[in-house]
Amino acid sequence: MSNQHKIWLLKLIIHLFSMGLISLTYFNALNDNLGADPVEAVLHFTGIGAINLLLLSLVISPLVRQWKLSWLMQVRRLLGLYAFFYALCHVLSFWAFEIQFNVSLFFEEIIERPYITVGLVSFMLLMALAITSWSKIKRKMGKSWQKLHNWVYLAITLAVIHFYWSVKSDLTEPLIYFIILVVLLSFRKNKFIRK
Amino acid sequence: SNKKTFETSPLKYQAASSIADTLTPEAKVISHNNFYEFGTAKNDPAENAQSFKVDPWTLEISGECEKPITLNYDDLFTTFDLQERIYRFRCVEAWSMVIPWIGFQLSELLKKVQPTSRAKYVAFETLFDPQQMPGQKSRRIGGGIDYPYVEGLRIDEAQNPLTLLSVGLYGKTLPPQNGAPIRLVVPWKYGFKSIKSIVKIKLVEKMPPTTWNILAPNEYGFYANVNPQVDHPRWSQASERRITTGGLLARNRVATLPFNGYGEQVAHLYKSMDLRKFY
Repeated sequence: MSNQHKIWLLKLIIHLFSMGLISLTYFNALNDNLGADPVEAVLHFTGIGAINLLLLSLVISPLVRQWKLSWLMQVRRLLGLYAFFYALCHVLSFWAFEIQFNVSLFFEEIIERPYITVGLVSFMLLMALAITSWSKIKRKMGKSWQKLHNWVYLAITLAVIHFYWSVKSDLTEPLIYFIILVVLLSFRKNKFIRK
Repeated sequence: SNKKTFETSPLKYQAASSIADTLTPEAKVISHNNFYEFGTAKNDPAENAQSFKVDPWTLEISGECEKPITLNYDDLFTTFDLQERIYRFRCVEAWSMVIPWIGFQLSELLKKVQPTSRAKYVAFETLFDPQQMPGQKSRRIGGGIDYPYVEGLRIDEAQNPLTLLSVGLYGKTLPPQNGAPIRLVVPWKYGFKSIKSIVKIKLVEKMPPTTWNILAPNEYGFYANVNPQVDHPRWSQASERRITTGGLLARNRVATLPFNGYGEQVAHLYKSMDLRKFY
């Protein structure tokens, strides 16, 4: 299989997987078929989904470097964009289904609850990265593009903190995410040490 | 799956007269539970508790009282006349249900054991049985809580006519995920006060320790009265999502009422107290 075919195939899998799971979740939630509280179920699915996709996108470059799989770089943007899409669904679902379009309550929650504030900052960063992910914009931005996109490390860290903070008592799952995050960041330690 | 479902049986009781709120469907009441002894996800208890053994059962009422007694499984259903009470049930996580409980007033049981003058509080304890309750065996499954789960009320709260010992819901005995065979229901307090699968009730002189207060004292107080004015540190308590029917699009956010709407019956218990301090 040529590298181009591998890219197409992998992209197809990412599309089917990401769109399939989220469509199924919303379909079941709309039909009251997702447990007693479909709102909670949707928020959890989209939130965790965004974190999973973002972490997956951060696995790519270490893989490329380790195994010389340079073609893999071609799917990284798609993973990042799906992470943003899931995060967008998470925020919109929070507003539409949890807060139920109550604008003042929405802003109250964002300002007064640090864990929601942190989540929203992460989302804004992802939005900036998603908007500037077009090839045309990337070319126009030149060197500053990479600088901007290094903010992904802050975005994922804030997202994991947001998850950790939202959990009532059992911290095992968020701690596992922290460990994965630290491992992925450690591959980039040169980036953080360098001035 | 081939797992067998816990069998509940019909109860004889005096039905509630009027229904003001829309009931939460039975299927949701018995599938959306916080009962960390069986796992922390809302659907865990319904999945992991079906083989829970409730008969034989022993409920021991002791401590500062003249006539301590021990009730066995059958006694739970025959010692007092059972009645239906339809209560709003407000979880501290800002969702709520409307549930037709069946049970008897805790005050009747207290009358029977005759508290002494030293009985200032009532302490409750859930069964400790790690063989049957996976959350008690593993800190990961059980959410890092130290078991057994314990709760408490002030004696006047326990004697209030609203305070119910429930042995059933929707006309039948309780399923294990809802706290079979006997649980507390205190409708003006957040749900975590309504301790499940009780084996011990003890009348005591000093304020007893309570599980969520031990775990996070800045988030969960001893009183835990439903109060829209006092937010949880991580979310607002001003409103709640009422779980009834309808999927994602159900517009179910309603204002939270002081004492969950039962102020007329219970506000006098806290007349001289600063409820921001005693949350």
